[in-house]
Amino acid sequence: MLDDTDRRILRQLQADPTASAADLAARAGLNAATCWRRLEKLRETGVIRGIRSEIDWRALGYEVEVSLRITLDKTAPRAFDEFAAAARLVPEVLEIQTFLGQVDVRLGVIARDMAHYKDIYRDRILTLPHILDVEALMHIARLKDEEALPI
Amino acid sequence: MIPLDDTDRRLLRLMAEDAGAGAGALGRRVGLSQPATWRRMKRLEEAGAIRRRRADLDLGKLGFGVTVFLGVKIGTRGRAPVEDFERAVSAIPEVQSVEHILGLYDYRLRVTARDIADFERVLRRRIMTLPGVAGVDANVLLSEERLPGPLG
Repeated sequence: MLDDTDRRILRQLQADPTASAADLAARAGLNAATCWRRLEKLRETGVIRGIRSEIDWRALGYEVEVSLRITLDKTAPRAFDEFAAAARLVPEVLEIQTFLGQVDVRLGVIARDMAHYKDIYRDRILTLPHILDVEALMHIARLKDEEALPI
Repeated sequence: MIPLDDTDRRLLRLMAEDAGAGAGALGRRVGLSQPATWRRMKRLEEAGAIRRRRADLDLGKLGFGVTVFLGVKIGTRGRAPVEDFERAVSAIPEVQSVEHILGLYDYRLRVTARDIADFERVLRRRIMTLPGVAGVDANVLLSEERLPGPLG
């Protein structure tokens, strides 16, 4: 179980993911050895899965970002698995999420421009198995995305 | 926009997985010397290829059992400026991300809560009371997979 010390470290880590253990210790008000041990333990137990860099696809020339909300034909026994396996092979698919609700699956898709998006949509998305319905939402702006947890 | 070659793409993919990896370790994996790798990393950074660093934490192990995506429709145009909604929604700690979108609804929120009861509290007390909210549609996240994207 996590205690307050762990939570203090995690809060500091969320605020500055690439800070050294010594810096995190100072900010969390701990000595460096304790902080280092705690971090090791949090990694070993899988609470901290890693520190990622998020790519700015716009800077790499991908101007279009679309959310595709997909309803699958659930009468097919392996609809979810087969759909996800095929979607994974589309390079422009960044996220595959499954839901309980009106929507079964959501794909986060990027494209260089609208013409490129049209090609991906027609040739790679609509050809995925077991689709009953697709709804597209165009992404305009990201207002908040720290994805920080209220620890 | 900067042109990328295959080595840049492989490097970016490795940097995405492990933001703490140094030029030496990454260089060994892409077959470049440490200084050559460092120069490429620096060029990618300076071109803005990395948006930010993020600690990837296991939500379940931290006691956050429920993630819900909310589609929010804004109504009564002109009465409450959307800036009020945007400012207020971004200030809610349980709201992890806010995206402005075009389509069925206006904003897409990612909300994390301890359990369904906790989610209901956030929804009723904090989200439904935001200025301008006309309708909310909710989908509970069951699984999530992030893929490396078009990097080779």
